[in-house]
Amino acid sequence: MKKIGVFICHCGINIKDTVDVERLTIELENYPGVAYIENYMFMCSDPGQNHIQDAIRENKLDGVVVAACSPTLHESTFQAVLKESGLNEYQMEIANIREQCSWVHTDIEQATHKAKLIIKTAIEKLKLNESLYPVSAPVTKKALVIGGGISGIQAALDIADAGFEVIMVEKKPSIGGHMIQLSETFPTLDCSQCILTPKMVAINKHKNIKLYVNSEVESIDGYIGNFNVKIKQKALYVDPHKCNLCDDCTEVCPVLVPNEQEEGLSWRKAIYIPFPQAIPATYTLDLENCLGLEPIACGKCREKCTAEAINYDAADMIIEEEVGAVIIATGFDLYPVENIPEYGYGKYPDVITSLQFERILSATGPTGGEIYRPSDGKVPKEIVFVQCSGSRDPEHHLSYCSKICCMYTLKHAKLYKHKVHNGQPYIFYIDIRAGGKLYEEFVQQAVSEEGILYIRGKVAKIYKEGDKMIVVGMDTLSGKKIEIKADLVVLAMGIVPSEGSHDLVKTLKINTDDKGFLSEAHPKLRPVESLQAGFYLAGTSQGPRDIPDSVSQASGAAAKALILLSSDKIYHSPIIASVDEDLCSGCAICVGTCPYGARELNEVSKVVEVNEILCEGCGACISACPSGAAQQKNLTDDQIDNMIQIIASGK
Amino acid sequence: MKLGYFPGCTLKTNAKHFEDSAMQVMELLGQPLEEMENWICCGTVFSMTTDDLMLQLASIRNLLRAENQGYDELVTLCSMCYNTLKRAKEFILNDEENLRKVNDFMYREEAKFKGTTDVVHLLSILKDRITFDEIKNKVTKPLTDLKIGAYYGCLLVRPKELAIDDFEDPTIMEELVDTLGGEGVVFPYRLECCGAYQTVTEKDVTVKRTYEIINSARNAGCEALITSCPLCAFNLDQRQKETSEEFLEFSTMPVFYFTELMAIALGLKWNKDWKKLHYINPVPLLKEKGLI
Repeated sequence: MKKIGVFICHCGINIKDTVDVERLTIELENYPGVAYIENYMFMCSDPGQNHIQDAIRENKLDGVVVAACSPTLHESTFQAVLKESGLNEYQMEIANIREQCSWVHTDIEQATHKAKLIIKTAIEKLKLNESLYPVSAPVTKKALVIGGGISGIQAALDIADAGFEVIMVEKKPSIGGHMIQLSETFPTLDCSQCILTPKMVAINKHKNIKLYVNSEVESIDGYIGNFNVKIKQKALYVDPHKCNLCDDCTEVCPVLVPNEQEEGLSWRKAIYIPFPQAIPATYTLDLENCLGLEPIACGKCREKCTAEAINYDAADMIIEEEVGAVIIATGFDLYPVENIPEYGYGKYPDVITSLQFERILSATGPTGGEIYRPSDGKVPKEIVFVQCSGSRDPEHHLSYCSKICCMYTLKHAKLYKHKVHNGQPYIFYIDIRAGGKLYEEFVQQAVSEEGILYIRGKVAKIYKEGDKMIVVGMDTLSGKKIEIKADLVVLAMGIVPSEGSHDLVKTLKINTDDKGFLSEAHPKLRPVESLQAGFYLAGTSQGPRDIPDSVSQASGAAAKALILLSSDKIYHSPIIASVDEDLCSGCAICVGTCPYGARELNEVSKVVEVNEILCEGCGACISACPSGAAQQKNLTDDQIDNMIQIIASGK
Repeated sequence: MKLGYFPGCTLKTNAKHFEDSAMQVMELLGQPLEEMENWICCGTVFSMTTDDLMLQLASIRNLLRAENQGYDELVTLCSMCYNTLKRAKEFILNDEENLRKVNDFMYREEAKFKGTTDVVHLLSILKDRITFDEIKNKVTKPLTDLKIGAYYGCLLVRPKELAIDDFEDPTIMEELVDTLGGEGVVFPYRLECCGAYQTVTEKDVTVKRTYEIINSARNAGCEALITSCPLCAFNLDQRQKETSEEFLEFSTMPVFYFTELMAIALGLKWNKDWKKLHYINPVPLLKEKGLI
């Protein structure tokens, strides 16, 4: 029989105050298999670990039970102790007598008895534990970055600069994301395009980066370190190598559609370049709005193109790539403004969204940076900004704070004052959230020097009277209902995960929270990793955040991906499913139950096989198997039976 | 499906023309309203201001009686009856403790309250059961060239759980006006508070509301208002007297119950007695449009 050592931790007073550790030590001393037992104040401390090592050496122990806190905290600590002592780390079991015992009970008698049962089950399990060795696999030293906004750009550049290849996939015709649409950035008011375009150019020129625009990830198979990616690239009707950017095609195109890049404030043609600094710098033919690829229907652009860059016969392409790590940076969309009908967006041209106002402020925007309102082109003398449009309204809209709106609205008001000196901006707000470096100073300067009026309260409705927009709201500080006759109303819309993000999580089966934002592996300690191994998160796809935070997180995600890419092999826990070939009838019921696609029926031997790297050890196949052929390593039916018997006996 | 009709107090007095016109219209549409027996006060919205179970008893007794009389649905014309009965029902049914207490208290009643009768507003019956298309087919005297603002007030749309339409942007009454051949005009103040019971103690509050609401409607091009709430109708119609005294430039506007205009459009005879219950005489406008 194995010689087992039992080490009971006091965890200071966390365990000791509720569980009588001295009595446990005496009562378990003669339990079959126990060759050594002791209790100590902090088993996880250096001296505590030394106790275990000494005991292993002096008593020639074969295995160790540590009765302490949850295995999520210190399992790896004690596994390392065994490894250093020359034992296999899977000959160590944790008996959780803290979270599952001392913390949730007050009666010392009962808690001590329960702790004893928990330790006995661990001993019984350990008796049948096999020595196991981590499963290993090679790593493809290449990363996929999904999304070409500032987060994706930063992550891609960091990985590429570290010497690894990057595949970047962007759905739109150019990279740049929302940031390229912005005018200036808070709190320094530096030009958004000026600081972003060098990074966009760097993506284009980097020898380690391959960029696919007008493309979407269709599927990702495989597992951490070894993903097979299928990318669908929309037909390239304009050959980027031949196109010389002469703009002749745009001139002859007879189709006008709202310009997405300008948030619908101006028009573009069906063949177009999204904006002057677009990367890649090439024209895109928008098939949805094009009159038809048949030359009979139109064909004007191809006739006109002297470079012969336009090819109507181009077709969608599927591109396959192999990568080791995936960074998801799929960004955000504005909360649908139609969901707030009382604000009259769509009904009144002078009620606009914050992104539309960014375009009006932008030097490259439809008004060349001059502030005119959409309905009649007049300079607005009074503007009302409505913060929390959609945010912080759990009853009707989003429950959460979109985090960036306080600051960008203030930036809007300031830039407006800088251009229309006698204009009056009003800002409706709930709170001003200015937690960030230099953010509070940015707010104070605006309030004391720029004459921006803050009104604490929500807007109830907006309607038109004459050529004025009447904004009806509440000033909660004076308790009065107020009405402002404004020339222009800007809705500081909340942000939600992008539409592309929704589609992608379905394809990749990536976890999200109830709002649709990607879930991090741990809210504090693993904020840039997904629970799905090999996937990393960057930017607003994970939650609302501003540019500095997005960039920091993107670099964090890149660093995590680089840990993986710079390893020669990845290792995986060996606590996974196995198949007893003699018992397996090949019914393949288990194949359907596996959520990781880790099981496959071998058509020749008619026995199910386990892909050890894909298997996460969830146990679904084991409960599904009708013949008992599927067993979890170190959690076999026999082990579980023995553990249940201890608990059921109550002794 | 057995439909019962719950009148409530005002429908038998100040809003008799609302009841008369609704009864005639529903008869014509083949879905006559059958008044439930032995009804009492709905409880009024005051009963909802606190969570005092005692105040819910009037509503619950009405619903219990409707239940015992075998009605699957109880139709109201008055927005306040609709709101009060429906909220009281939810309040009691959604809480076992409340339900138990109320039933214990009413132990002398012939049966326990189960909440099997639904509370429905007549507008919902018109839209969902009879359908506006069907009504359109029966219009014989379309309200051509008549621009009408629909005044919802609060009770049809708040709280949102019992709103008969989108609670921020309802269109059901405007759609009805369009169905009758008129022009339903959306005006900014159609969901504003009419002043409600302030009309009793703080008349000035109501007068100001009336002034703003009628002006808002006029600025949007309305020639008349429709409503389904007798309290709104009182404030918007009767209080135009004080409003005219207070604001000299104010010009008045007739206020109808929606069923009065339905009656006209469906070819029923305009009852001269209805005029007496209006403060602002609607007859000149109706004559001008060739409707009577």
